[in-house]
Amino acid sequence: MAKIIASVNCSHVPAIGAAIDLGKTREPYWVPIFRGFEPSKKWIAELKPDVIILVYNDHASAFSLEIIPTFALGCAAEFPPADEGWGPRPVPVVKGHPELACHIAQSVILDEFDLTIVNKMDVDHGLTVPLSLMFGQPSEWPCRVIPLPVNVVQYPPPTGHRCYHLGKAIRKAVESFPEDLRVVIFGTGGMSHQLQGPRAGLINSEFDTRFFDNLVKDPLALTKIPFLEYVREAGSEAIEMVMWLIARGALDDEVREIYRFYHVPCSNTALGHIILENAGETRAATRKRSRVGVRSRPRSARKRRAAR
Amino acid sequence: MKQIAVDPTYIPAPGTPEEFNDIPGTTLFDMQRSRQGYHLNMFCMSLMKPENRAEFRVNEAAYLQKFPMSPGQREAVLKRDWNRMIELGGNIYFLSKLFSSDGLSFQHVAALMTGSTQEQYAQMMLAGGRSVEGNRSKSGRKPRHSKSERKRRG
Repeated sequence: MAKIIASVNCSHVPAIGAAIDLGKTREPYWVPIFRGFEPSKKWIAELKPDVIILVYNDHASAFSLEIIPTFALGCAAEFPPADEGWGPRPVPVVKGHPELACHIAQSVILDEFDLTIVNKMDVDHGLTVPLSLMFGQPSEWPCRVIPLPVNVVQYPPPTGHRCYHLGKAIRKAVESFPEDLRVVIFGTGGMSHQLQGPRAGLINSEFDTRFFDNLVKDPLALTKIPFLEYVREAGSEAIEMVMWLIARGALDDEVREIYRFYHVPCSNTALGHIILENAGETRAATRKRSRVGVRSRPRSARKRRAAR
Repeated sequence: MKQIAVDPTYIPAPGTPEEFNDIPGTTLFDMQRSRQGYHLNMFCMSLMKPENRAEFRVNEAAYLQKFPMSPGQREAVLKRDWNRMIELGGNIYFLSKLFSSDGLSFQHVAALMTGSTQEQYAQMMLAGGRSVEGNRSKSGRKPRHSKSERKRRG
């Protein structure tokens, strides 16, 4: 049986991709940002997932205004990096997992999530920047990736509530796939940012911190945040955070927070990153965590439980 | 697996047009604006191809004639009036194709849209960004918060 064992949430700021591609990662501006992902790279290198389901949004690259799917699923065998106006990023072609993707599509559509099936698609920075942050610059990506683009550009995007429940449907689909696969789901974008108009540059760290906290302990509270509140409190592009809820919905209700990283500024945004594992079932997969030095805030909570 | 109770009928209300219009310095890219800006945005999209970028550079006004945009939209493009383009239905992710082909970054154009110098904007970001305090409402009306937000605020 295939299984979703963990989630990774992180921003997908295009300037991060440019910094990597142009060799600027050692510049003072970028050093703290890439340092913040070092523990995450170790974590995922040890975890060695077979497949990543990567939730992101296309930024007018594969989809223009001609076709705007609310949820789409990449079922192709390969997804080339998109030319976003300055040539494609020099990153490996993304290899899909067509069998699992088709299985998920069939399952979630029958569960009434009417997503669009995509058999040919270029993938932009929304998908490739998170891979670069987690894997660096390999000659090939170390696992298969199923792209799940979500419309958050054209109003209305799906509600956080809908996203969270799509995550649950994806989990059900994955768990009914017969092959033994270890799957990690990525929810990308965010955190607070506004790219347009006189209010550009808005950052609300308080909102972001609360979002992090509730993502761990009370995701249902997050599903009740209306669109207006994201825009007003955290900027017009902060709505990308509904995509984090798809990943969260695919995990157990109880999760362990493995790592958290937050940094302002990253270009116009607050960069946010958090790794969660299912509370009950993944100890084997992560038993070497202490050795790789990943900060594990919830460990104290576990100790307390053990002591009881 | 432990299940928590969910209310499958719960859908958060997105917000009213009045509430969106009350947010300062922010334009909602809704269906009507998208319709209005369709050709402007599709023009921007065309600049993803190198041969189109080259043709646009040779004679911008002539290239714009290929797209059935309004005179106001064409003028805003030629003047690189980013806020005006947004007002006329442009979306920042589409406009990014235009400013990228001009060699400008998101941060550069964000600074232009806020009316600050590059230096001022960069400093603001380094100092933690634009605060939300004082930037929630044009009218000064107290914003209506979601249930969870109200609970948190007491």
